[in-house]
Amino acid sequence: MKQVFKKTTMLTDKPFTYCPGCTHGIIHRLVAEVLEELGIGQDTIGVAPVGCAVMCYEFFNCDMHVSAHGRAPAIATGIKRVYPDKIVFTYQGDGDLASIGTAETIHVAARGENLTTIFINNAIYGMTGGQMAPTTLMEQKTTTSPTGRSESLGGNPIKMSEILATIDGVCYVERTSVHNPQHIIATKKAIKKAFQNQIDNKGYSIVEVLSNCPTNWGMSPQQSLVWMEENMIPVYPLGVKKEVK
Amino acid sequence: MKKELIKGNIAIAEAAIAAGCQCFFGYPITPQNEIPEYMSLKMPQLGRTFVQSESEVSAINMVYGAAGSGARVMTSSSGPGMSLKQEGISFLAGAELPCVIVNVMRGGPGLGGIQPAQADYYQSVKGGGHGDYHLVVYAPSTVQEAVELTQKAFHTADKYRIPVVVLADGVLGQMMEPATITVPKEEPLPEKTWATTSIGNSSRKPNIANSLYLDPYKLEKHIQHLAKKFDVITENEIMVEYNDIENAEIVVVAYGTTARIVRSAMNTLKKEGINIGLVRPITLSPFPTDEINQACKNANSVLVVEMSLGQMIDDVKIAINGEKPVNFYGRQGGVIPKASDVVDEIKKLRGVI
Repeated sequence: MKQVFKKTTMLTDKPFTYCPGCTHGIIHRLVAEVLEELGIGQDTIGVAPVGCAVMCYEFFNCDMHVSAHGRAPAIATGIKRVYPDKIVFTYQGDGDLASIGTAETIHVAARGENLTTIFINNAIYGMTGGQMAPTTLMEQKTTTSPTGRSESLGGNPIKMSEILATIDGVCYVERTSVHNPQHIIATKKAIKKAFQNQIDNKGYSIVEVLSNCPTNWGMSPQQSLVWMEENMIPVYPLGVKKEVK
Repeated sequence: MKKELIKGNIAIAEAAIAAGCQCFFGYPITPQNEIPEYMSLKMPQLGRTFVQSESEVSAINMVYGAAGSGARVMTSSSGPGMSLKQEGISFLAGAELPCVIVNVMRGGPGLGGIQPAQADYYQSVKGGGHGDYHLVVYAPSTVQEAVELTQKAFHTADKYRIPVVVLADGVLGQMMEPATITVPKEEPLPEKTWATTSIGNSSRKPNIANSLYLDPYKLEKHIQHLAKKFDVITENEIMVEYNDIENAEIVVVAYGTTARIVRSAMNTLKKEGINIGLVRPITLSPFPTDEINQACKNANSVLVVEMSLGQMIDDVKIAINGEKPVNFYGRQGGVIPKASDVVDEIKKLRGVI
């Protein structure tokens, strides 16, 4: 029988550690498929964050670094300076990229490091059990904003893609979502462009992917996808924020 | 290579370049600024990497990335900058990544001051970051020795897969002395088969630069592996210098710049017929515990001199093990003890004054 589909070679056989309905698995697969399709998997070195995706070093079938919280862009800089011809990427969550690692995020962009970042924004700290993230929406309840995020106590959600789009040295910023198949396909296209830019030596590329957290949002997987569309996208509008052709 | 009059910080930078340092990542802080300044000019000329990072936190993580990729890599800092690096140092130790970290010590705590001090002994030797780990710490006392120990630091780091600290101070960093920038002759080192070079055409499994072990039994095994490795380093790598210990009634233990001040005091006392010995630990970690005990066997008492409130003295007391009094003289906050102060202190100990 003719084989019409197989798992990407850029994922290991290790079972994912993510909760049922979590979209990390989908995004992992998209990244892995892109690495395979571009033929760069064997030349790739990835950097795992701190957060739910810390275990991704066991899932991506390439050399990996496990970072301290928020420091992935600095580590990726060190790797890329040693191997300018290799493909280096970071996979980071919202606490990692938009809170504890904000300085690293801004400056890797300002240096125009020829790297690719996949930024997972699910508006909550997943691994530590559902605390408020820098990207938590106003009124959203978390374990450290138990009555809902208020400006006076918790400040405002931070829009990293819009911030990064203002920085010289950034080549490409796009925000996508994975709440339905149409947007999953669009996300893969964006991820592919972000890696192609690195191959073409164009500078820093980042794709912010809106993601879910059914466990800590207290929703079924299906409910969480609807919540993403109805609540997250209005605050975090999708689209290309910057592209240097 | 000819001998030249050279500033300590620049000598350290040149020594690193001669030892094949491929990447330097750093952030400005006094009194070590000549190191990143020199590297910013020289490294690009040599086709090597210099990055001025956005913070010391980022610098040490850039070190992590480059070290994990198999490069010889160095960073340098002082005081508050060294505190910021501690997170990364713990991760480097956990992931067994070789690198060289230069600390040109200044006075603290807090912003403290910019004058020379030795108050980062605990931070360097006892582990300033979180978790169970040891570093190798070299303490040079001349510009020439700073050259040699910086180069040795790269070798030791690669030999054992461990971060190595060169613990200098503001005197050494800022002082000019005649020194020769040697090109080190190194023994063959193990190949870095663990480095994240990307898999390429090889059939090996992915290499992971990692300090995460969620299974407590695996983490315990890893920590014990690090401890066993440090036992081997303790067995093989201790360095210590002795001066006039044979007939010494008092043996002084001091390191770095302070040891030089003590040596001046010893010369003064010798003219007065007072025999004082000096033990100078060159490796502060591993600490020359047995060596110090032996060197002090015939002395009546021991004096520890430091530019701090007394930090190394804890380890000297462990070495002496209660066999005789261990006294302390120190100045703090960037005040450098004078040789005459040390002379007075020793006379006081002898009950002459």
